[in-house]
Amino acid sequence: MRIVVASGKGGTGKTTVATSLALVGGASVRCLDCDVEAPNAALFLHPVLDRRQEVGIPLPRVDTALCTHCGKCAEVCQYHAIAVLGQTTLVFPELCHGCGSCTRLCPEGAITEHLHVTGVLEGGMTAEGLEFARGLLQVGEPMAVPIIRELKRWPPLRRPALEIWDAPPGASCPVVETLRGADFALLVTEPTPFGLHDLKQVVGIARALEIPAGVVVNRDGIGDRKVDAYCADQGLPILLRIPMERRIAEGLARGRSLLETAPDYRPAFQALLAAIQDRVNAEYAP
Amino acid sequence: MKLVISIAGDNLQSPFDARFGRAAAFCLVDSDTGAWTAHANPALEAAGGAGVQAAQFVAGLGARAVVSGAYGPKAYASLSAAGIAMHLAPGNAPRTAADVLALFNAGELSQAQAATQDGRH
Repeated sequence: MRIVVASGKGGTGKTTVATSLALVGGASVRCLDCDVEAPNAALFLHPVLDRRQEVGIPLPRVDTALCTHCGKCAEVCQYHAIAVLGQTTLVFPELCHGCGSCTRLCPEGAITEHLHVTGVLEGGMTAEGLEFARGLLQVGEPMAVPIIRELKRWPPLRRPALEIWDAPPGASCPVVETLRGADFALLVTEPTPFGLHDLKQVVGIARALEIPAGVVVNRDGIGDRKVDAYCADQGLPILLRIPMERRIAEGLARGRSLLETAPDYRPAFQALLAAIQDRVNAEYAP
Repeated sequence: MKLVISIAGDNLQSPFDARFGRAAAFCLVDSDTGAWTAHANPALEAAGGAGVQAAQFVAGLGARAVVSGAYGPKAYASLSAAGIAMHLAPGNAPRTAADVLALFNAGELSQAQAATQDGRH
């Protein structure tokens, strides 16, 4: 089962919730930090990262001896990453999404693909025996999605029974890519106008992808009650509330997971995981 | 010579648009006869690569020169590859495409020798 923890708004507690769920998930859990622009789950899980692989996108390379400048590649490229101007075929690496359309559709077979490294995958085990992996986009590279895609494809060390994927903040392509293929979207929000605004966006993505969703209200007690009203109106279950507590923030600032700081939350996260599993099983029941 | 001027409108009296890739339209003018046609810029709503797309479009129009106010790195590389001269007209005063054409014909416009701004994502 694959659970994605997303939020829309940044700083609502995605990683706090994702790492806590992973820690109550038992032996065969794999946790992926898909926030490849700023992965931080390792700060709380403390894995030994001893696996490493360079990843990126396949960039087209044009053989000038074979190219007839017919323009087919430029015509099929949705990103204007390859252009035919006069007797020149230009490739703009920073626009390329690595989709391969130009290579496959070149009538002359003049295009070959070459890996352009834009990031790395790192993985290893934690002291609790949890498998962890993360992607890390190189500074200056604009596209997170290919790294997330490769992270999700990276073969696990052992077959996981439960996967927890910590999504990036926002509601754009990297979040969509993380959610793709998930069995459940756990949406962490805070009861503030910003939290609600961004929650609505990520609920829209989960619905478009037809992924069942539930909500965690973090820092419960601050702000207003509009998140509750929205969830009730939309039929979104609120599966857990985490009150605003200074000791949790202090622990996180010291690199301690929520469960290390506040072991009294362990039953609540076990119940959260069970509730998600029940919902997913009900969803796929014949 | 066929010349393209970036414009915010649909005719020779339309205001000059100092942006190249994100101009609303292009006015294609024959600098010898004064005959002109207007063409909506297909790159206006592009998510990225507007300069490349606009450059391919004006190359397809058969232009040998462009007048705009700024060229990003990818527009510059594309127009250079197509052998299209890039002229610069200042965007700081209101001008029509016809005004810009007059400046061009008077030889008062300089040519861009490199990209004039950083690319935007």
